[in-house]
Amino acid sequence: MIPLRKMNRRTALRGMMGGAAVTVGLPILDCFLNENGTAFAATNAPRPVRFGTWFWGCGLNPGRWEPTTVGEFTEFGPELAVLDPFKSKVNVYSGMKTFLDGKPNGVHFSGAICCTTGAVPTDLVPTDHPSFDTVIADTIGQRSRFRSLEVACTGVASHSQSRRGASALNPAEVSPLALYQRVFGDEFIDPNSAEFTPDPKVMVRKSALSVVTDKRKELLKQVGAADRERLDQYFTSLRELEQQLDLQLRKPAPIETCTIPESVTEKEIGTEIETVKENCRLFSKILTHAVACDQTRVINIAFADATSSLRVIGGTQSHHEFTHEEPVDPILGYQPGVAEFNAHIMGSFAGVLADLDGVKEGDGTLLDSMIMFASTDHGYAKVHGLENMPLMSIGSGSGRLNTGLHVNAVGDPVTRVGLTMQQAMGVPIGTWGTLSNETSKTITEVIA
Amino acid sequence: MAENAGMFVKWTSAAVATATLVGVAGTALSAEITRGRLNEVQYRRIVADVFGPSIDIGGRFEPEVRRDGLMAVGAGFVSVTPSGMEEFDKIARNIAQQVVSEEHRASLIPCTPSAPNKADAKCAGTFLSEAGKLLFRRPLSNSEVKDYVKVASQSADKLGDFYAGLGTALWTLMVSPEFLFQQEHLVADADNPALLELDAYSKASRLSFLLWNAAPSPELLAAAENGDLNTMEGVTRQVDKMLASPRLADGIRSFFADMLGFDEFDSLAKDSELFPKFSFQVANDAREQTLRTLADHLVVQKGDYRDIFTTRRTFLTPLLGSIYGVAVNPDAAWQVYEFPEGDPRSGILSQVSFTALHSHPGRTSPTLRGKALRELLMCQIVPQPPGAVDFTLVDETDNSQFKTARDRLDAHAAEPMCAGCHRITDPMGLALEKFDTSGQYRMTEHGATIDTSGALDGVNFDGAVGLGQTLQDHPAPTDCVVNRLLSFSVGRALTKADDPWVARLQSVFADSGYQFPALLREIVTSEEFYHVPAESMRTQAAPYVKMASDTSTQEIRK
Repeated sequence: MIPLRKMNRRTALRGMMGGAAVTVGLPILDCFLNENGTAFAATNAPRPVRFGTWFWGCGLNPGRWEPTTVGEFTEFGPELAVLDPFKSKVNVYSGMKTFLDGKPNGVHFSGAICCTTGAVPTDLVPTDHPSFDTVIADTIGQRSRFRSLEVACTGVASHSQSRRGASALNPAEVSPLALYQRVFGDEFIDPNSAEFTPDPKVMVRKSALSVVTDKRKELLKQVGAADRERLDQYFTSLRELEQQLDLQLRKPAPIETCTIPESVTEKEIGTEIETVKENCRLFSKILTHAVACDQTRVINIAFADATSSLRVIGGTQSHHEFTHEEPVDPILGYQPGVAEFNAHIMGSFAGVLADLDGVKEGDGTLLDSMIMFASTDHGYAKVHGLENMPLMSIGSGSGRLNTGLHVNAVGDPVTRVGLTMQQAMGVPIGTWGTLSNETSKTITEVIA
Repeated sequence: MAENAGMFVKWTSAAVATATLVGVAGTALSAEITRGRLNEVQYRRIVADVFGPSIDIGGRFEPEVRRDGLMAVGAGFVSVTPSGMEEFDKIARNIAQQVVSEEHRASLIPCTPSAPNKADAKCAGTFLSEAGKLLFRRPLSNSEVKDYVKVASQSADKLGDFYAGLGTALWTLMVSPEFLFQQEHLVADADNPALLELDAYSKASRLSFLLWNAAPSPELLAAAENGDLNTMEGVTRQVDKMLASPRLADGIRSFFADMLGFDEFDSLAKDSELFPKFSFQVANDAREQTLRTLADHLVVQKGDYRDIFTTRRTFLTPLLGSIYGVAVNPDAAWQVYEFPEGDPRSGILSQVSFTALHSHPGRTSPTLRGKALRELLMCQIVPQPPGAVDFTLVDETDNSQFKTARDRLDAHAAEPMCAGCHRITDPMGLALEKFDTSGQYRMTEHGATIDTSGALDGVNFDGAVGLGQTLQDHPAPTDCVVNRLLSFSVGRALTKADDPWVARLQSVFADSGYQFPALLREIVTSEEFYHVPAESMRTQAAPYVKMASDTSTQEIRK
């Protein structure tokens, strides 16, 4: 595996200039002591920072999403207008591109992977680089029950965009009921419950697990390099299971914002747009409560796959086919059918943001404590274009980002956004990405 | 063959040290260690084999990954993610709980504890060493048994329940890497220092996962234990028994499900307004139909592989009967059906599993069908669409002069940039156009008669029947299945070094009259199947493994 994150102390400090400098080289918990952010007014307790991703396929109609002005903007392009209620919390990044460096354009794949991993795959096989949400999860999410939670609204677990390298795609939950049971089922410990009795069965399992973890050294010694990496990943996952058991044995601190969501019933899953939207809505409610109850600090939502298989009932073409085959309307100047799909996608995203923004926490909302990164696979899907890719971040991460800005950086690599997100979340890196997508240019105007 | 291959010898630095000498490069063999993660079917089958079919498994399994055309190759690249581990934990707990439950303990636990509320190391040891052997596909060492018994005893004491303690120990076995990954152990080949040989238990696993898609049976483990698998004669005896078993169908089905990309059925859906007949159940039945057709044709009927493209004999359910528009017995589930001579359907390409799987939700795609045929069954690579193509010509879908897919694609392929690839895929795909996206037969599209004339590598034909006959005579499908099956068998992409082996397999396959079991038999009775060049381990070996040469000890670095 090629080391993706190159840094020395100097670049780190440079990257952190004016940013979350306090996080450099300090233990995890100190990440939450955000000097630039707001603490809980009542208790002065440090406020957690959270991170999320929103992925959708097939981009947006060029010229119809970018705000007309750069810097502080007053108006979104029409396809983002549905995000108006959150305008002051949104940053829009336009003009940036994925560099292929002579590699074939893995259509609907290369661009999506580059935005999240910083590297362009050679074939239709993902690179060994992790998606940066996992790096952030390792930085901010180590003390929560789930390092991260992934969902795919289209009902396919592998539509997840979160990966810990080529060997480990974090599978997405596809059923809201399953997600509900996973987070708020039998093993959920209500932090606000007065009663707490550690479960002896959990104690037993935790101590029994050492019979497996103790084998790590011996097993790793016996295998070759590639297998060692895979086994190491297995043992990392096992350690997380151990940590989960450990958490179940400790009485959690009360969390004012934590309430248990209403249960859901088994729903139909699929790629038909109304089904996808409904599942997204249900996922969003559960994820919001999961974040509010500090069950996780990182959520990853794949609204659709990159080759967007969203479809409308009775229609012969999917969103993806629409992007390629629908003529540009000569009067409107864009693809109107595609615009309809984009409206569904951004409408659902607005719903997720509203859920997160609806939970008050301290003097802000859950959304204010987060940075939600939104990305896609193409700038102009019609021609498989990798230029001017629509990217956004929503929320300030408890004051780590300035928001309400439109950054237009024509010709710069998309990785600038990923780099900036990671730095804002306290990942100590100064450079990110590979080949022409490598960058050390933090988007300084958004760093608070 | 190594004399010690019958013993369970872990591949330790000592084993390598005796095997690896300086200057052993240049061997023609190219096997290497693979450790595939168990897939869902294998996991479920192992649990059913070991604990019986009444154990409910439930759960969600991590998605598999396709590499070099096969999930079986991808399995060697995947690991377990944190959320995957969470699931394996839950599934294992659920299984362990059922195994030790009052309902099952009498039949599954071979002894009774001295007291149900206390630890009983002896009884726990009996159960755990037996279950451990079947789950790990090799006997547990004494110290391993001791460790697991200790878990059982400590847990039983803490919970005041022998069975709960035993369940905890069983759970640890089932979340162990030795269970979740196929692990292969190598021992020195006494006859050839350039080679490492799979130990007998690893041979048993390779055989069993390939031929039956299951963990080794107690009988095969016994053969490993008593040294039967140390000679090719002994291996062949076991192979012939396994080939004669009805369980061979499981192995063959698992191969073809992989080769034909049937994992895509998990997300297959058709527009419910346009194709109301097509349901989740139809998709399931369609998948099953093709697997049944193949297993029946290749094993039961002892058919020629090339005839899978022309066979009219298949299996239908009443639901499939309604899609195919043929009369079947509504009261029977699966039934043999033979399409009459002259019917537009013959061969697996005319089945719903192919025509529906390689179509869009709302309409067919001759391009996707042609591409699938080239890639899945002929092992050819169709290039990706170019990066900056303007699809202006396909924009004309609403144009009333383009009624059929052929009209639209002809217009599209008039663009030289597009023509290159579409020439590779479309002429074959267009021959299947009388099967709509749900696999149902049609004569027209938008009122225009469908023309199903097609061409493949210079041969012109008409319709699915003509396509099937053309493929039957084409050399690519038989070459392809040999390559794919071998790659599937060894769990890795083939390399140049495999060429002689591939060539031999191809000639054996042809000589047998393209009998699929004969091809399988030749693979599993090949020395190459059980050996790894020691040299290849140099790039694989852990950096601190000391390897001996005849003159000095050198440290191998990656």
